Order: sequence, then C-alpha cells, then structure tokens
Amino acid sequence: MENKPKKPTPSIKQNLGRHQDAVARRSNFDEVALGFGLEEAVTEAARCLGCKTKPCELACPVNVKIPEFVDLVHKEDLGAAASKIFETSLFPAICGRVCPQETYCEDACVLKEKFGPVSVGRLERFTADYARKSGLIKPPACAPDTGKKVACVGSGPTSLAVAAELRKLGHSVTVFEALHEFGGVLSYGIPTFRLPREVVRFEVDMLRRMGVRLLKNVMVGKSITIEELKKDFDVIYIGSGAGLPTPMNAPGEDLVGVYSSNEFLTRVNLMEAYKFPVSDTPYYIGKKVVVVGGGNTAMDSARCAMRLKPENVTLLYRRTRAEMPARGEEVENAMEEGIKFEFLTAPVELEGDEKGRLKRVKCVRMVLGEPDASGRRKPVPQKGSEFWVEADSLVVAIGASPNPVIQQTTPGLAANKWGGIIVDEATAKTSLDGIYAGGDVVRGGATVLLAMKDGKAAARAIHGKLSAKGN
Amino acid sequence: MKHDIYSTEGLYKIVEKADLSATISRHVIYAPLIATKAKAGHFVILRCRPGGERIPVTLVDWSPENGTVTVIIQAIGKSTSEMNALKAGESFSDVAGPLGTPVEIKKWGTVLGVGGGVGIAELYPIARAFKQAGNEVVSILGARSKDLLILEKEMASLGRVIVTTDDGSAGKKGLVTDAMKELYAAGEKLDAIFTIGPIIMMKFVAEASRPHATPTFASLNPVMLDGTGMCGGCRVEIAGKPKFACVDGPMFDAHLTNFDQLMKRTAAYREHEKQSLENYAKDHNCHIGLH
Repeated sequence: MENKPKKPTPSIKQNLGRHQDAVARRSNFDEVALGFGLEEAVTEAARCLGCKTKPCELACPVNVKIPEFVDLVHKEDLGAAASKIFETSLFPAICGRVCPQETYCEDACVLKEKFGPVSVGRLERFTADYARKSGLIKPPACAPDTGKKVACVGSGPTSLAVAAELRKLGHSVTVFEALHEFGGVLSYGIPTFRLPREVVRFEVDMLRRMGVRLLKNVMVGKSITIEELKKDFDVIYIGSGAGLPTPMNAPGEDLVGVYSSNEFLTRVNLMEAYKFPVSDTPYYIGKKVVVVGGGNTAMDSARCAMRLKPENVTLLYRRTRAEMPARGEEVENAMEEGIKFEFLTAPVELEGDEKGRLKRVKCVRMVLGEPDASGRRKPVPQKGSEFWVEADSLVVAIGASPNPVIQQTTPGLAANKWGGIIVDEATAKTSLDGIYAGGDVVRGGATVLLAMKDGKAAARAIHGKLSAKGN
Repeated sequence: MKHDIYSTEGLYKIVEKADLSATISRHVIYAPLIATKAKAGHFVILRCRPGGERIPVTLVDWSPENGTVTVIIQAIGKSTSEMNALKAGESFSDVAGPLGTPVEIKKWGTVLGVGGGVGIAELYPIARAFKQAGNEVVSILGARSKDLLILEKEMASLGRVIVTTDDGSAGKKGLVTDAMKELYAAGEKLDAIFTIGPIIMMKFVAEASRPHATPTFASLNPVMLDGTGMCGGCRVEIAGKPKFACVDGPMFDAHLTNFDQLMKRTAAYREHEKQSLENYAKDHNCHIGLH
C-alpha cells in the first residue's frame, strides 16, 4: 500500500463507467450500469484532490465522508472505505446506484469544469459491492438498549434511514411494511436493471442484523391504526410514501391495458411479472406501448416495457427534453434502448374496442407558453393538431401523491390540500405529539435521497425527544 | 391465551384445514394481529409461497382468543389451486391485512343477504354481524349445484334461508333473483340488501331491488394487486367516479356501481389465467404419475 502514488492525478479523464450493450439489454432485466473493477476504481479515486473544504461531502444529502472514503479506495483499503461510508450511511449500494450524484457531490466537485468530477457515485457503488461480496461488511455496533420503542411505518428509504440511526443509538425499532417485500419504492418501483433486488435485500437485512424488527403484511392505517400503535410505541415515524397514482382524467382511462406506473412497475418489479408464466402474476402490454410522462418513473416504465419485447414503445411528454424532470442519464439510456420520444405531445382521449381493451390514443401537440408556478414554461395545446396513435397498452407516469390512508384514519393529523402530512421542517414533527413523518408522504413524489435525508434529520429529533429528561 | 400481535413466531401457519367440496377448502390460519383487528367485510391478501400471486380473500371468521383467521378458498386458477393443496401444519408465505373498509354495521330492520357460490362464505360474517346488531336476517343462497353449496347450516343459524341452484339439486331450481322477486311479490319488508358473488349475479340483484329502492350493497372483486391503494388496478366506477375497491371498498352501493365495466376489467388476464392453470394442471398430473 505504501507504494501507491500519493499525488492525485486529477487530469485523467473522468471514468463514467461501462454499460451493458443497448441492444442486448433490451431483452434482459440485468443491471445496465456495470460498475467499476478494482483497477478502474483505484484510478478514478486517484483523481480526488482531497479538498480540505469538502464541497462534495457538504453537498451530500446523507453526509457521506466522501474525501476520506475515496482516499481509502485509492489506497485499496476497501474494508476501511466501506466502514467510512457506513459511519453516516448504511445504504451505499442503494445510494451509489439511485442517487442523482450529478446534482449533489459530483456537481460540487472542483474538478467538474476542467476534467469532469470524480465519479463519486460509481466509487460508492464499487466500494459497497466489493465489501458486500467479500464479506467485509459487519453491522455497526449499537448503543446499549434505552428501553424506548419506535415504530416506523413503511420500509422505504426514509424509514430505513430512521431505523438505522435510532437502532444505532440503542432504541428498539419496529418497521411495518404493507407489502410482502421490504424496501418500499426500492422494491416495487425501481426496476432491477437500475437496482438489483439482492442489493436492497442485503442492506435491509443489515438492519435485521442490528436488531431492528421488520414486520411485513401490515398496512398501518388499515390493519392497525396510528392510535393503536401509540399504545405500544413511544414514537411513531410515518414514512408511507407517495403511493397514490395521479390519473390523467382523460376519457377511457378505465380501459383494459391502461396502467398507472405504480401498477405497471409493481407487476413487473415486485411481482416479477416479466418472468410470467414462470412467475404467477401476469402483465398485458400487447404490441404497441405508450408511456405518458417525463420523470424517472416514466423512464423506468418505458424501459421495463421495452424489455417485455413489444413492437415499439413511445413516450409522450408535454414539454421538451430540456424541461424533463428525469435524470439525463436515464433519458439517454431510454433513447439508446430504442424508445421513441414524442415531445410537446399529450394524450387527450383513449379509445377501446368492444371488449373494453385500449386500441388507440388521441394526442394533441403543445407549444410552450408563459412560465407557470413551477417556473417551467406551461404547455399550451395547439388547436387542430390532434392525431391518433395506435396503442395496446398505456402507462400513466405523471406523478404520485401521498398515500392518504393514514391521514384519513388518524384524527388530528394535519395534512395539506395535496394530502401531504404537515411537519415542522427542522424536526419532522407532525401536529400530533410523538408522531413524526418524512419522505414522500410529506414531500409528494420526490427522491430516494431526500427521503433518506428526512429520515436522518427526523432520527436526530426523535433521539432528542427520547433522551430528554422525564421521557 | 394472549398473543403477541407483533411477533412473527408461527405466523401464517394453517392450524386447521377442511375441504368443503372438491374445489372449496376452509383454512384456519395463525395471524394474531389480523385476528385482533378484523371486522366484518375486511379482507386479506394471501400468497401461498414466495413468488406466488397476491390473492385477495374476504375473511369468513376470526378468533382473537386463538389468534386465527378463517378464509374459504375456491380453486379456480393456479394460485387458488396451489393454496388449496396446502395442508394443515404448512404455512402461507404471506397473509396481509386486515385490509379494506369494513361494512358499516347498524340497525336496518330486516337485512337480506344474497350470496352466490363461494361468495356465501364472505357473506356469512356480515350477516352474522347484522344479526348481532339486532337485525332480522334473511338469506338467499345460490349455487350451481348441491355439492357447491356451502355454509347453509351456518347461515340458517342466523335466520331464514332460501336456497336456489341452477340444476335444482338443492332448494329451488332457478336464480337468486327469482327468489328475491318472490320475496318482494309476497310483500316482505326488506330494509337493506348485501350481496356477494359473481359479478353478473350482483348486477341482477341490484336491478331486482332498484324498482323497490331498497338500499343494496355489493362486494366488488376487481383484479387487485397491492391492496393498499397504491396501484389503482382495482378501480371501479361508482356514481360515475373512480374508486379503489381495496381501500374504499370492497362494499359499494350496488345501484351506483358500473358492473359492465367491472366485468370487462376482470377479464383483462383471462388468457394468462388459462395458460397458468393449464401449465399447473400438466405439472400436477405429472407429479401424480410419479407416485
């Protein structure tokens, strides 16, 4: 190790990683991004200047000790590198894959303009994968039991973050999941070709090894209420996500073949419908698929659909590529895979056959008008521009709002008009004593990383409350 | 015995199983949280093994004392066939619930329950709850034939029972709606109707009661996936508006339900279901051949 060059080599071109061939990957659900080998990782890590001001670390939503772990990768001390990441984040293999690093650490990297940033995300993923595969990862030590009991509602990224932090501090933590698999959107939503399930399962299992109790098949709000849980737990953290799909409200949306992205992705990912009839849950896409939307979920839906081997997949987005909320990388991946993009286009009506199955979609072309409340230019339909697109199936991926069940079944829990639980931003406290909330049930559809960030902040506040005198 | 509702010990084990007919089985499953929280009209989602399909089934009975819930399953496809092949002592991999919105139990006066086929099992706890709430309960039970008629005795313990079968092998030959019309013709006072069974039956029950303006409720059974209000696959049209059967239902005002749309949507995967069952039947026979 002492033979390694200490001097950084920033001017080497940023390594963006290799991808599975665009044609080959259209017929499998294997991971698209192939990840670094050891040599690539060490070379990329060598580019880091190790800035004393740590701009990358400050930009990280979960405060990963980036310069330190990258330095350890450079020194090929991967066990130590993994431990360093673990000090602030227990989910590096997940974050290394789904975090939009280009807007956080890599955006803040001082090398960005001149040579391209250090590929922090790919290094994080490499470190986590290497440590997992070589058995270098041990669950972190937990403080002695405090006797305090915390319930986390949902097992998505925000609850996982809360559970990890509070268990480390010695509190007893129980996580309630409504489905049969843990991970929330990491399991039902994000496709395996972006986030393999064994990665999610391993990092969830880490919590189990730390002594977190994980209970599946319990839908809080229906199976048991928050008020009932309150009798058995000192604190409840609600991280039930943005599970309510937004409909288009276009005529014909009830036709067979019209899916919400939630349903389509849940069938394909959680239920593994892509293996039907080996798996038991079917899907129906037919020959021509239309996906509506411009976010990451729309990209995931279109790319899943493409892997089910239809004749074609067309994505309709009412603005232009510049306004798309999806990660640039995902849009490029989708384009490479042969998905046809129709920008400035929106569906207005769906038409079916006598059996109630979707046959074609009436679309209208848009022009961009004045900026709206979001600051983006508002799409305005062009009169007389209507045209029909043939479609056997259509996936609506235009957003999701907070799952309303808990808000509806918990008297006194304040929510906004979009159904989001209202919290104090600094502490994640809701209107009810001892009840906290974060992630998409507060924000609406946001990102995995913001959900984890919320969880970490909430855990600090909850620990403060549980450690306070008289509690 | 006090059961820990947060424990995973012995969860989802079949403690008792009985075959009610060649294709219908009753499973008593250990699930103390569900047993403690269940109310009439709640359902659960079952998976018989990892990788299996999620199958929603309305609860037939529950015992907080024993920590168990009872479901009755009719083998109609691969997943339900696999479930009924499970034996006492074996376990389901998953039982999620209780889910849905329970039926509002109140004093109507006379409540008519109309059950068809395995729907009778799901009608039973609702009829029982109405009886316990002081209602008079009358039931019309329909089945294709005598051997597919279930829970007649249990329903009879709640009040008068009228049986109809398609082939006349039990009760009157005919449809449940024929019996309904006779009740109306005889001037019987019916204050509310609850119906569970095939969609086509529930549709005609609603049509039969509509002229009399009897409040009528049907338990809808659309294709369901997560059962938590997340996917919208179970959307049904009630009074012209979409509702999610999994969280808003499954019981809805039958006079406001678009049954035709429900029938089309439940047919979405018929070909897939057929293929799955054929594959299963083939494998099943092969296995039998080996023994």
